[in-house]
Amino acid sequence: MLEPVCTLEGHKETVWCVAWNPNGNLLASSSSDKTIRIWGQEGEHWVCKSVLTEGHQRTIRSVAWSPCGNYLASASFDATTGIWSRKEGEFECIATLEGHENEVKSVAWAPSGSLLATCSRDKSVWIWEVTEDEEYECASVLSSHTQDVKHVTWHPTKEILASCSYDDTIKLYKEEIDDWTCCNTLQSHQSTVWKVCFDQTGSRLLSCGDDKALKIWQEYPPGNPEGVATVGSDSAWKCVCTLTGYFNRTVYNVDWCHNTGLIATAGGDDAICVFKEEECSDKNQPSFSLVTTVAKAHSQDVNCVAWNPKTPGLLASCSDDRNIKLWQITGL
Amino acid sequence: MTNSKDTELVTIRETVYDLIRDIRDPEKTETLEELNVVSEEGVTVQRFNTDEYLIKIEFIPTVPHCSLASLIGLCLREKLQRKFIERHKLDIFIKEGTHENVNEINKQINDKERIAAAMENPNLQKLVNECLTD
Repeated sequence: MLEPVCTLEGHKETVWCVAWNPNGNLLASSSSDKTIRIWGQEGEHWVCKSVLTEGHQRTIRSVAWSPCGNYLASASFDATTGIWSRKEGEFECIATLEGHENEVKSVAWAPSGSLLATCSRDKSVWIWEVTEDEEYECASVLSSHTQDVKHVTWHPTKEILASCSYDDTIKLYKEEIDDWTCCNTLQSHQSTVWKVCFDQTGSRLLSCGDDKALKIWQEYPPGNPEGVATVGSDSAWKCVCTLTGYFNRTVYNVDWCHNTGLIATAGGDDAICVFKEEECSDKNQPSFSLVTTVAKAHSQDVNCVAWNPKTPGLLASCSDDRNIKLWQITGL
Repeated sequence: MTNSKDTELVTIRETVYDLIRDIRDPEKTETLEELNVVSEEGVTVQRFNTDEYLIKIEFIPTVPHCSLASLIGLCLREKLQRKFIERHKLDIFIKEGTHENVNEINKQINDKERIAAAMENPNLQKLVNECLTD
């Protein structure tokens, strides 16, 4: 069961994104109301700790915490990416990254914290290097996608970046000698891919999209015992599982819990679904089953779900209904 | 789900059509109804769940190469957003075979992120407002 814990009210328009800090004690949210809110616990209750205003002129599409938890990055429709520094509980905007031609959709920190990736409707993915004196320099502009890029995410341990797009594909990138290149293109979705994320090990990918499907992709490194063909030193990625029939509308977001292995989905059908891999599931042909569905999790589209990195089974969700909700998985 | 005898759904459908019929065409002085861009038959209403409707609007651009088809899509959506109070999901489509880029435009005008960004663009906002003023 997915039990409601609390509802966090405060945003005045659509809430697009929720993100837990690495310690799991703070939740950042971003909204069309052009603000970021930081939520934390006071005693038993979750409350709004700060409201970050004046960083952006338009919708803040997404937020991401640095691996150290001291910085927050924000991606906005105003074509910029904001970097916020957290000192003694206070947030200050220390940099505004410009370069994208239009809406920035997503931002993500590499596990080392020294690289940042952004993507935009301008079809490009940018990689930024973070210098020691907190300067951000563009290291690469990747123009592999043919359309709007919806989301970027890093491999949990390696410097491998994944992006997904309105062009229905997922792409993987790595650094080669001096520059970043696209090393894989994953095709299987029938329409826009809204979100892609890695599992805890980084050997699997999870994606969701406008085709109302969830897909699991397995990595096959060179010389894999299964005999899946690879090129050079790059792994091959193969879609090994497609989950359909559970969703009435677009699946906007999905998150793979690195503690429990549970998968949560956020849908345009107002629902949240939770899946888990079945025991004895074959890696090359895994099976996942539906654990629970909350049909009217929100009163409008659910835009994002995020598992808490420390408290197993604690889930945050946000919606067009302007609310954020916290949920706890029970009975597993 | 699609029971045509369901009077409530018929009423909803009429309400929706009354809202969109008077939208002005972006290029001409006539309304979308007068230009046969929208029609009552192009509007369908189903129940999405116990307290939400699923509304589909199909429209026909005046010419198959109409460059303003996506703007019309935006106007239809915005009008409902502003004036239609019932909770609903909305899909807007160009009628099959009536535009050179049907699939491309249908994808674009139903992408909520693109819609949200477009409605924050002051130039587009102005164009939409002009089409929606009575």
